[in-house]
Amino acid sequence: MAALTDLTLTQLKATLDKKEASAVEVAEAHLKKLDEHRALNAFITETPELAREMAKASDARRAKGQTGLLEGVPLAIKDLFCTDGVQTTAGSHILEGFVPQYESTVTTNLWQAGAVMVGKTNLDEFAMGSSNMTSYFGGVENPWKKRGDNRKLVPGGSSGGSAAVVAAYMVPGSTGTDTGGSIRQPAAFCGIVGLKPTYGRCSRWGVVAFASSLDQPGPLARTVEDSALLLQGMAGHDPKDSTSAPLAVPDFAAAACNPDIKGLKVGIPKEYRVDAISPEIVALWDKGVEMMRAAGAVPVEVSLPHTKYALPAYYIVAPAECSSNLARYDGVRFGLRVPGKDLIEMYQNTRGAGFGKEVRRRIMIGTYVLSAGYYDAYYKKAQQIRALIARDFKQAFEKCDVLLTPTAPTAAFAAGEKMDDPVTMYLNDMFTIPASMAGLPGISVPAGVDKDGLPLGLQIIGRAFDEETMLRAAAALEKAAAFNLRPVGY
Amino acid sequence: MSLDKDTVARIARLARLKVPDEELAPLAGELSGILAWIEQLNEVDTRNVEPMSSVSDVTLPQREDKVTDGGIAEKILANAPGGAVYIEQTDKNAGGFFTVPKVVE
Repeated sequence: MAALTDLTLTQLKATLDKKEASAVEVAEAHLKKLDEHRALNAFITETPELAREMAKASDARRAKGQTGLLEGVPLAIKDLFCTDGVQTTAGSHILEGFVPQYESTVTTNLWQAGAVMVGKTNLDEFAMGSSNMTSYFGGVENPWKKRGDNRKLVPGGSSGGSAAVVAAYMVPGSTGTDTGGSIRQPAAFCGIVGLKPTYGRCSRWGVVAFASSLDQPGPLARTVEDSALLLQGMAGHDPKDSTSAPLAVPDFAAAACNPDIKGLKVGIPKEYRVDAISPEIVALWDKGVEMMRAAGAVPVEVSLPHTKYALPAYYIVAPAECSSNLARYDGVRFGLRVPGKDLIEMYQNTRGAGFGKEVRRRIMIGTYVLSAGYYDAYYKKAQQIRALIARDFKQAFEKCDVLLTPTAPTAAFAAGEKMDDPVTMYLNDMFTIPASMAGLPGISVPAGVDKDGLPLGLQIIGRAFDEETMLRAAAALEKAAAFNLRPVGY
Repeated sequence: MSLDKDTVARIARLARLKVPDEELAPLAGELSGILAWIEQLNEVDTRNVEPMSSVSDVTLPQREDKVTDGGIAEKILANAPGGAVYIEQTDKNAGGFFTVPKVVE
């Protein structure tokens, strides 16, 4: 029998359901992997005792015949989800030591489905970054390395820890959050599947806020089916989040098990063919189109004319919302406090010392674009561009059912690269941000490797609240690409 | 739009962020760079385009106007960075206070 830690989430669930292993055994096997790969710095907080306790409770439930959708499955949780009684930092010094007294809706759903938490994963500070280099707790190392080159690579971000732990076989699945690509880009960099649902599919309640009109929780896993199963456990209407969609949760796993895409129209947006993209990724994208065609789909060229404006518009909307959301860190009710001679100086000292460079930069941009006299020129303009981007997608979806694009313009890069100029780092998300701006679901599927042996991902974008068609297309792509490599020597 | 040091200092004050003097000039450079890159949005004609503030078409629901929690003062004050002060030591959920530096003489 294969090692428990080598199984996919779906296989692990079947193993547990057939009682070939207990939840406690499964938890122990995975906790051992956490010990082995601690050098990746993928966790901010490990929770082995809690994992054992939850696994024991899961076995007890099973003995009574009560089994949830994810009964006994160990998961890692991005340290942006508030977890009752377990430190939640958002990767920031300002929240170091913060212990929530409540549980986020998404994690509540997962625990109700029987899942077991092994720890809280590292991330870019307040989810602002594409490399994990902005975490106060140090960067995460990607388990993948270039062939014949021992340099450490970034896992992408912001859900870099959540991607690394799945790629390194420490857990079969994890949660992430995606504001502009923070699930899909790290999934591509780490050779796994990352799914950003439609905005409103998963509750944002109890998730540390970055940009509220864009933030959306979602799963990371090693297969499309696993990500679908995990999404099923996370999603659902939540009255505590007013933007949560009042819709029933479909059987996502069933959709992911049906890779029949005969006659499905796959849109290829011509504006995504830009100079910044590596030739190897263009080649993989072309190959992806051929794979979809061979599986019976009909590729159609579509146009999304405002694509190039999505990124700069995002860098108004997201910082504006972040400057407002992060105003709550004032050193009064929770988090760090650095004293000052008066209240104002205490705020300034606390926020100056508590936030890292990139977070301060975004708060400043946000404050500036929202300040008197500039609102129309920046924020209103960006919201108008956002409307045009959403209209582009709407028109494209009149001609096709899903879109196929690259996930990121390059493979994983070395730790410390692209740090000199913020805009260079921002370009990582050029293919993920447009769908985020329109609130659409997107999934990254590992589809090949580059000349250095690093994984590359392709993205399927779906219509709003049609994750099922997106999953069907992703399953077909996964089947055709047959990506079965795993990192070695990490 | 190029930002000077004074503007950066003003934004930092508005955002309640302490920025050391020596960081103002490099920050002005970085922020100007980002804003210059954002300027490309001016190429787009957005006359008569309704600004999009939310991607969800749904009308925001209104909840029933009733108390849904309460009596959890201890939980609310659990992470107070300056330490909490409780009205009743024996019943922390009876209420309490966050502490801040003195604001009135």
